[in-house]
Amino acid sequence: MATKETIQQPDEVLEAQEAAELEELLGGHEVVAEPLWKIRFRLFRRSFTKNWALFKESKMGIVGLLIIALFGLMAIAHPILMSTVWEPAIYDPVSGYDAVVSEFTVVEDGEVTDETTQIALMDARFELNPTIDVGDVVRIPLQPAPPTLGGEDGNAHFLGTDPLGRDIFSQLLYGARAAFLLGFVAAFTTVFIATTVGSIAAYYGGKLDGFLMRTADLILLMPLLPLLIVLSAAIQINMVMLGIMIGILGGFGGDAIILKSQALSIKVKAYIDAARVAGGGDGHIIFRHIIPNVLPLSLLYMMFGVTTAIALEATLSYLGLLNIQMSWGIMINTAQNAGYLLSGTSYWWLLFPAGLAVSFLAFGFFVVGRGMDEVINPRLRAR
Amino acid sequence: MTLSLESLQTRRVDRSKPLLEVDDLTMRYKIKAGEVSAVEDVGFTIHQGEAVGLVGESGCGKTSTALALLRLLPANAEYVSGEIRLNGDDLLRLNEDEMRERRWRDIAMVFQGAMNSWNPVYRVGDQIREVLDTHYRGQLSFEEQTRHIETLFSAVGLPAAMVDRYPHEFSGGMRQRAVIAMALACSPELIIADEPTTALDVIVQDQILKELKRIQAEMGMSILYISHDIAVIAEVTDSLGVMYAGKLVEYGPTSEVFARPRHPYAYLLLRSTPSITGPRRKLAPLSGEPPDLLNPPTGCRFHPRCPFATERCVVEEPPFEEISPGHRVACWNYEDVPELDMELVR
Amino acid sequence: MTAPAPAPVQTKPLLEVRGLRKLFPISRGLFRAPTDFVHAVDGIDFEIAPGESLGLVGESGCGKSTTGRMLVKLLEATEGTIQFNDGDYERDVANVSRSEIKEFRSRVQMIFQDPYESMNPRRTVFDTVSEPLAVQGVGTVPEREERVLELLGLVGLAPPENFLFRYPHELSGGQRQRIAIARALVMNPRFVVADEPTSMLDVSIRISIMELMTELGSRLGVSYLYITHDLAVARYMCDRIAVMYLGKMVEIGPTEEILANPRHPYTRALLSAVPIPDPSVKRTPVEIKGGISKAINPAPECRFIERCPFVADVCRENPHPEMFQVGERHYAACYRINEI
Repeated sequence: MATKETIQQPDEVLEAQEAAELEELLGGHEVVAEPLWKIRFRLFRRSFTKNWALFKESKMGIVGLLIIALFGLMAIAHPILMSTVWEPAIYDPVSGYDAVVSEFTVVEDGEVTDETTQIALMDARFELNPTIDVGDVVRIPLQPAPPTLGGEDGNAHFLGTDPLGRDIFSQLLYGARAAFLLGFVAAFTTVFIATTVGSIAAYYGGKLDGFLMRTADLILLMPLLPLLIVLSAAIQINMVMLGIMIGILGGFGGDAIILKSQALSIKVKAYIDAARVAGGGDGHIIFRHIIPNVLPLSLLYMMFGVTTAIALEATLSYLGLLNIQMSWGIMINTAQNAGYLLSGTSYWWLLFPAGLAVSFLAFGFFVVGRGMDEVINPRLRAR
Repeated sequence: MTLSLESLQTRRVDRSKPLLEVDDLTMRYKIKAGEVSAVEDVGFTIHQGEAVGLVGESGCGKTSTALALLRLLPANAEYVSGEIRLNGDDLLRLNEDEMRERRWRDIAMVFQGAMNSWNPVYRVGDQIREVLDTHYRGQLSFEEQTRHIETLFSAVGLPAAMVDRYPHEFSGGMRQRAVIAMALACSPELIIADEPTTALDVIVQDQILKELKRIQAEMGMSILYISHDIAVIAEVTDSLGVMYAGKLVEYGPTSEVFARPRHPYAYLLLRSTPSITGPRRKLAPLSGEPPDLLNPPTGCRFHPRCPFATERCVVEEPPFEEISPGHRVACWNYEDVPELDMELVR
Repeated sequence: MTAPAPAPVQTKPLLEVRGLRKLFPISRGLFRAPTDFVHAVDGIDFEIAPGESLGLVGESGCGKSTTGRMLVKLLEATEGTIQFNDGDYERDVANVSRSEIKEFRSRVQMIFQDPYESMNPRRTVFDTVSEPLAVQGVGTVPEREERVLELLGLVGLAPPENFLFRYPHELSGGQRQRIAIARALVMNPRFVVADEPTSMLDVSIRISIMELMTELGSRLGVSYLYITHDLAVARYMCDRIAVMYLGKMVEIGPTEEILANPRHPYTRALLSAVPIPDPSVKRTPVEIKGGISKAINPAPECRFIERCPFVADVCRENPHPEMFQVGERHYAACYRINEI
């Protein structure tokens, strides 16, 4: 059939030849000339467009998507900035240091009302020289430094520096990368385990189901935070490890039960019987019928899983349990270790950017999940 | 106050007097994609003590018509025009409070699938008691209510002892009887029965239909039967209407319509119904699909599937006109519709 | 794959069922062995000849669906034999081993009741109809496409190419049922169990589906077991009818014979209760009391004792009656058939 000459010919001619050969082979019956994968791809595109249109109708979903896109940009921006505009010595989120100099007015000891603009006499004499007097304006490098736009005075720090002299803005952008990484590792692991466990438990039932469900109950009973605290003492937990652990615990826990019930509702449908009567074995039914119908729900829960993972990481980092260098949680942890946690608005740049980032990104994923809910669950749509 | 069913049984029934007159009722559903023309220009009359049937397939608008009569349509339904006169009063002109007075006391309904809608955690008797509380608040003592419910149960052939049982202790047929008892609770003049026997086995169906016939005769009640099962309608109704795509296409005395259907759809419907008696007919299938009510066909809504359609049918909607006393048809070519053929097969 | 030749003429029955029984245990506790059983199908015998259609009728709970599911091995029989012989393949279906099951499944197929639930909503028409081929590893993908197109044409979906990659939600109930028929026939089975295939369709569509099944049946040499509660439909579709009650078969015989001359009291009650679409015909229902109950640990006497209008001492003193011949290929399970 295929001769040496056909190898040189362009695709369309080859396809037309294939089609003609097939037609000859099958005795002149009409045949669909396109390869199956192309048709499936087109079908997929068509359903994707339809689902996207539905998703767009939910304003929440779009908002969430925009938030995620914004943070995604931040995550991408960081390595670009680090390799172009920013000097690693100053801007590296972990090891950078900038001796930012700020202006302070010297006041009597005990009369410091605003720490960011005033300094006590004794401290000033200690830092610089003993001849300083009340009323002098001195310039001292003091961390954490408030946001500055830089210029001739020094480098730009849009969100100031942390107590160790590192640029907050850089940390924020770096944290976005960490959050995404963690979020997806956790969510993917959860979904993978929950879908598999749920489908198998639903399909086979009996003792296997019983065992899996009791395991799930056990895991549900365990308080996640104390468990992770204990585990952190035993193993060094970095981002990926944390993601996997959250994934395992979440996947075997509540999500598995929810997905199992979805799988059960599919298992009793007539098309499963039809597949069995057609000759389908267990594998065929699980992978071609049950899992594809469970997957939309899994993806939905994946969105919520990312939310949980991000928030959880922030908490654990804040508690100092994780072996990671930098994340939004670590930023808050640093602030707390240096005693600035309760400083209110005077050192706002130490807490608010990180805290708000966690909240917003988690919110973004949650709300995308809600938007997806309407696509997946037709009953929720407005008629 | 007399709530007893005896008051019904002494009711004088004048079969020539109309009880419910529906005139040019048009109702549409508003959905995102547009307006669904669910009930279009439907008009018929139910007389006192008469059993009327509405026949049609899924989506023809018969249930919508029934709900429209009780003004129980969902929020996105819009009454476009028409009148529904109950003993002379137009129900569409009443406000909600006035309508609530009429509902269940004058017209009651046995909803489709009601037998499966019993609340499983309350006793059946108590659920009927709730109906009495709603409509006769404070006017009946607990004992009076109980006695009344027991009377209702015996009227539908259920033992009084079942009043204090839970729905799961009733069989399917018994649950349907209890639903009918609930419809009778306020002694209405008209009961609308929407697919009253569809989910039941044939022998139980026979029992329920017999019960309904008996209640109707004993209490001088009118019943509006809604069903897709032509055989059921043939057996229990005095007059019937055939609906298609939101329109009433034929209406007349049951025996006349069955003997010689005049509308092509009615004709084809009867010719596609197998029967266990009589010679084995050659059945005629109906081609095509029911139309989309968002964009119904022009002219006569049945023309795309009609074997007797002419050019006029495509552009002009036929009027719903009387062709013999009490018998109306909406078709330009009704005279072309042949006699029901008793062709034998095999 | 070309159109199959008609089935070879054979005198052996296509299907011979003997003593088929299905019991469902009712568990009474976590650790106690069940002592109560629902006798869903309680020892039935029947035969289906090649090319013949047998109707299995009865009310809910009589065991007709359970019987159908046992014949396609969606349920395993508790007892009994199902001897299947289509000329090339002969086996006791009840004892088919796991390794042989795919072969069996290429010869016996099923059409389901609900056109909306019997197709996976995420799979195209091609996926659904070619599933038996794909699962059994028959043909290459283009060959399967060709075969599916052939079948779509056979079941009246024209032009077939337009339907090949549609999804179920884009089709009407009647169209979906045609696809169900196509799927059932794609492997050239000799025997198809049809479980109420038209009960969820509109009346006007039923006829075309029934006619399609009949025509394809005779053209391709397929026999049907047609399960239905609607006797009028059974009359139209079936050569013979078997009536079931509470797991037992009470009467079996040629369709017109059973309709004209029902002998078992239950059959008579059933037939007399069917409404007739002709107001000029008055029917006289045979009165029976009560409603159907579940056959849990049934007593050995005739199942119909509680409700039978003709019950007598002979019924109470003997076990459930065997089938007695009452006519040409017509049998009824009642001790009193000659008296009533």
